[in-house]
Amino acid sequence: MANLMTGAEIVFKALEDQDVTHIFGYPGGAVLPIYDELKNHKSIKHILVRHEQGAGHAAEGYARSSGKPGVVLVTSGPGATNVVTALTDAYMDSVPLVCISGQVPTHLIGTDAFQECDTTGITRPCTKHNWLVKNINDLPRIMHEAFEVATTGRPGPVLVDIPKDIQFAKTKYFKPKKEKKLNGKLSNKFNQKEIDQLIDLMLKAKKPVFYTGGGVINSGPKASELLRELVSLTGFPITSTLQGLGAFPGDSNQFLGMLGMHGTYEANNVMHDCDLLINIGARFDDRITGKIDEFSPKSKKVHIDIDPSSINKIIKVNLSIVGDVKEVINLTIKTLKKKKLNLEKSNKEKISKWWEQIQKWRTKKSLNFINSDKVIKPQFAVQRLYELTKNKDTYITTEVGQHQMWAAQHYKFNKPNRWMTSGGLGTMGYGLPAAVGVQVAHPEKLVVDIAGEASVLMTIQEMSTAVQYNLPIKIFILNNQYMGMVRQWQELLHEKNYSESYSAALPDFVKLAEAYGCVGIRANTPNELDEKIEEMINTDKPVIFDCLVDPHENCFPMIPSGKPHNQMLLGPQDQEEKKITGKGKTLV
Amino acid sequence: MAKSKSAYSTPTKQGKIDTHIIVVWVDNESGVLARVVGLFSGRGYNIESLAVAEIDSKKNLSRITIVTTGTPRVIEQIKLQLKKLVPVHKVADFKKEDKKIIFKEMALLKIVANSVKIKRAINACKKFNGVILDNTKKSVVIQITALRRDIDKITKILKPLGLVSVSRTGAVAMTRGAEVFK
Repeated sequence: MANLMTGAEIVFKALEDQDVTHIFGYPGGAVLPIYDELKNHKSIKHILVRHEQGAGHAAEGYARSSGKPGVVLVTSGPGATNVVTALTDAYMDSVPLVCISGQVPTHLIGTDAFQECDTTGITRPCTKHNWLVKNINDLPRIMHEAFEVATTGRPGPVLVDIPKDIQFAKTKYFKPKKEKKLNGKLSNKFNQKEIDQLIDLMLKAKKPVFYTGGGVINSGPKASELLRELVSLTGFPITSTLQGLGAFPGDSNQFLGMLGMHGTYEANNVMHDCDLLINIGARFDDRITGKIDEFSPKSKKVHIDIDPSSINKIIKVNLSIVGDVKEVINLTIKTLKKKKLNLEKSNKEKISKWWEQIQKWRTKKSLNFINSDKVIKPQFAVQRLYELTKNKDTYITTEVGQHQMWAAQHYKFNKPNRWMTSGGLGTMGYGLPAAVGVQVAHPEKLVVDIAGEASVLMTIQEMSTAVQYNLPIKIFILNNQYMGMVRQWQELLHEKNYSESYSAALPDFVKLAEAYGCVGIRANTPNELDEKIEEMINTDKPVIFDCLVDPHENCFPMIPSGKPHNQMLLGPQDQEEKKITGKGKTLV
Repeated sequence: MAKSKSAYSTPTKQGKIDTHIIVVWVDNESGVLARVVGLFSGRGYNIESLAVAEIDSKKNLSRITIVTTGTPRVIEQIKLQLKKLVPVHKVADFKKEDKKIIFKEMALLKIVANSVKIKRAINACKKFNGVILDNTKKSVVIQITALRRDIDKITKILKPLGLVSVSRTGAVAMTRGAEVFK
């Protein structure tokens, strides 16, 4: 019997064979044998967080900014339950995570032992798959399968629950086998005929639009390159979901901005009036579609997605292409070129009227706001942050709420994997630990968490992690003293009854920064903003930036609930003008 | 227009609801039934009946038969979501009205009564191929294999004849002819 290894050794051996270099975790009784083994594996660095939710989000930030799976290590019971929010978040936003949890010894499972919980039961609905390892001989296979499931097809989180006695038990280790198909779950099921149909639709279209999502990012940087080629080849306008930002340059003239509830006027009107809608790697989320019955009523719809269950789930489409975005776009471009259709010229004329209409919508300047020289407007703060960091290959994370939407609207992304935000689950407290993970993956880059003061307090303890590992993350708080998005909804829908949305007794964020051993900066007025932002950028330590903004600003434009895309609510300036002309009420 | 007070859209009109029989071939491993059933409850799908057992001990395969109701879109989603589960090999879907498919359910019926009523009960079951599994002076246990609605019918008939206990399985299904679902 040669080379028997303990379960704990096998865990690390498998991580090494999967080229894992960083794990995010927190030790505890049921996972101690694995922690004991850590010292023998120098190529793997452990980042000690302050709460397991932080480990999960940090691993998400790491995964989304690097394209590699994030690895989390937690103990049984509360360790596992604390990571559930992050797993659910990763599941909703298709982020590859491998979470390893300790469990009480097998003979105690089911006895309500100390720190026991039904981890695989609790995490079943929020993972792609999970395993409880009851036999040491299964461990090598399960470890490799875990990475396979997390990273192939539509990516997502998985969990491996390892009882303590299994961590001590010994067996033979084997390396991962390549190209293992799990019960015939293929990801590329498309064929040339479907691509030909797509091209046929593209040639006939007079009012086309690309609507792209996080699937492009998940397909790898090559997919973004190909997307740019396809868009320039066709001359079509393109809009993106929250998760897709960065796949296409935000400052390109063909880019209409983000669509959806807080998307631009032109993007949403294009979606409503188009005659061909090509969805690439997006999922017709309810924040995007608005009222389903009146969603893009005149268009033929194409859906390109790696997940067959995304197709026809919400919106019925005319043509579905199931496959990896990168492969589908690649074949589309190849076919277009082969046919020598000279699309750039012939199409330009055909869709020139469409572009004229788009220019008209653009003149609305729906992202405009009324600036002030006395108080910092949050939009202005994001704009200044963008201008002062745009030449630096900056990575942006966010929390959830108004600040998140302002960041999406006013920060322009030019590269994929630079924008990490919690979209599907909408997890307040995501941005700070995610920034920790991003900085771990990119130690030399500028990483900024555009935050709200309410969200950031949910995971503020991770500042301690940032300080411990010298991760110079910048927490840029748009401090309006309210749960801004909640307040906005209460203003619009609940007769300004601001029930529990005001945070009295906020901490002094500058002193808080100092208490954690990092740097606190406060900006009070618009004219000192640039200077303070520069100071933040030039500080080689973690910074908490307390940007005091107008507490009553609302996030516009917006599609009110139950309304279609062409009935947007625009900002206060436009509402003023509308009142004068007497047309305002119809929009409100 | 009434002002919506929700951040979500209001439900739109639904399609026609049909009854379908979904057959799922899965790896026979611990937790697999919980995954399948959890998918149904988690996404708000119905389960009218459920039958599950191992069918191939060498390949370690189980066959789960689920009777469910839903609009065409929901049924499509059920199939696609099931196919995404790691231990699921294949998924078949049959409409209840499909003539090419055989559906069967089994019931055990216990009747406790005097000999006259027991005799009448046994006679009533003859139409449905009743099999007597146990017989005493005061009681009888009858096995019936039939369609769901036939079993509903017979239990109604047997109620006044001393039916005290009913045990039923979920439906199982099989295609007619030489065809095998791939």
